[in-house]
Amino acid sequence: MLATIISGTAQGFSWVLLTLGVYITFRLLDFADLTVEGSFPLGAGVSVVLVNAGVNPFLAFLIAFVCGMTAGAITGFLNTVCKIPPILSGILTMISLYSINLRIQSGRATVTFQEDTARNIIAGWLPDGFSNNSIAILVGAILAALTIAILYFFFGTEIGAALRATGNNPYMARALSVNTKAMTVLGLMLSNGLIAASGSFYAQFDYGSAIVTMGQGSIVIGLASVIIGEVLFCHKDHSFAYKLTAIVIGALIYRIVYSLALYGDFMEETDLKLVTAVIVVLMLSVPVIKDFIASRHARAVNTAKYKNGGAADA
Amino acid sequence: MLKMTDISKTFNPGTVNEKPVLKGLSLHIHPGDFITVIGGNGAGKSTMLNVIAGVHKSDGGQILLDGTDITYLPEQKRARLLGRVFQDPMMGTAANMSIEENLAMAFRRTKHRGLRWGVSASEVAGYREALSRLELGLEDRLTSKVGLLSGGQRQALTLLMATLQKPKLLLLDEHTAALDPKTAAKVLDLTEEIISEDHLTALMVTHNMRDAIKLGNRLIMMHDGRIIYDVSGEEKKNLQVEDLLKKFETAAGEALANDRMLLAN
Repeated sequence: MLATIISGTAQGFSWVLLTLGVYITFRLLDFADLTVEGSFPLGAGVSVVLVNAGVNPFLAFLIAFVCGMTAGAITGFLNTVCKIPPILSGILTMISLYSINLRIQSGRATVTFQEDTARNIIAGWLPDGFSNNSIAILVGAILAALTIAILYFFFGTEIGAALRATGNNPYMARALSVNTKAMTVLGLMLSNGLIAASGSFYAQFDYGSAIVTMGQGSIVIGLASVIIGEVLFCHKDHSFAYKLTAIVIGALIYRIVYSLALYGDFMEETDLKLVTAVIVVLMLSVPVIKDFIASRHARAVNTAKYKNGGAADA
Repeated sequence: MLKMTDISKTFNPGTVNEKPVLKGLSLHIHPGDFITVIGGNGAGKSTMLNVIAGVHKSDGGQILLDGTDITYLPEQKRARLLGRVFQDPMMGTAANMSIEENLAMAFRRTKHRGLRWGVSASEVAGYREALSRLELGLEDRLTSKVGLLSGGQRQALTLLMATLQKPKLLLLDEHTAALDPKTAAKVLDLTEEIISEDHLTALMVTHNMRDAIKLGNRLIMMHDGRIIYDVSGEEKKNLQVEDLLKKFETAAGEALANDRMLLAN
């Protein structure tokens, strides 16, 4: 059981960057971006192919980030210049990436690391006794903290504020001399860069290979993580750094729950997409359920008040 | 100051919904002018403001601002020169951002945005002072989200934001129309105060003929995409609502039709 929680946490860190990326588009930019499902395997595929070609795994991670940014820029171009609606722009980039990813992987659906990954290299630096899981947790935690810090500072700058204003009220942003198209493209680039980096991390620290279909459902996983973090820990008034941290924890909780669901014998790996959907539905229903319970309670109190011959003063 | 020559704008050209809104509109605004704009439904008042602001590009004609041709300048670049307040109180502010963040966005309207801190500590005192001018107690709520404010408070804040950096021209598009009468009067007083104290040049669309006569030094009446009456100075001061209605009938050949205007007077 504890081992399951630890391996769940380790896996969770692979999805942290993806979750932060999804948060940027869905919450800050108010852009339902489906590019995710293409940019995640893009990051993984690029990393495996580059590392096998002899490129330094850390450099491969950065290149994956840049490739993701390019994918985001294309979605942004489709939306802002070609005026294609957000969801369709994302879908178009996503399906294009399926073909592109297969090209990158030389037509193979799965490519596996032949050379040392970042995890192997880091394992060499550490004393013996560190398991793969503990390395993933250690590096993942440092990376998450670093990313939160960078995002916190970036979104506090003038450009960052302009980006948030664009997502919040584009009319106001334009009236205050913000180039909302540029901000939309920038947000999508940042988001997809993080998502591709997440794919690279997943391939290098957890999965050991890249599969072209590994992005399937990743948008729901990202959303589930964001929503879990928000519902469990966030109030409207919490600071931005707190919110980002809550979302990272949401990503970890999601993976732990996911691992625990697999722990028993009653569920197959293939059932987990359904489990994910159910988790998202439950989390999104929390406000409705709360309202329902509250109104039921108010109704019961009110009914009781009038039951005994109208106790209310006339 | 601002010189519009022969501006035309047709929406949905070449379709069954084709609608010519501005038909050869010309207007010369002098420095320090505070112009009130009235007119019937669909006269083109809002479209005129939107063409000046760059929300819509004009189909023909030329717009000069201080001698610079801005006819084809994108909206966000023109925003560096213009202050704008919209009819919808929700449109001028970002609800999820705090009061100080909104003000800091407005403070940077005329500047290049970079990677400097979005709200610097040195600005905050200035914001507090500017907010105290509104007398709404907002100076003590700098870090509150704007979404928590009422429509009137948000509109007053938008007005402050539009004038925080002195605009070459302030565009007010029926900015009190969505407010209750008491709040509308307050925001209008504030408008007059800010325009006169900061010596602003302003163009204000209103549906209230009394306000249109009372405020500003010049009044223009629009009908069918053109200006049909332009009055300033003593003549404007002595106007009565009846005079305006009569002027309209003479110039337009029909009775003035503006639902809100008739209800308001």
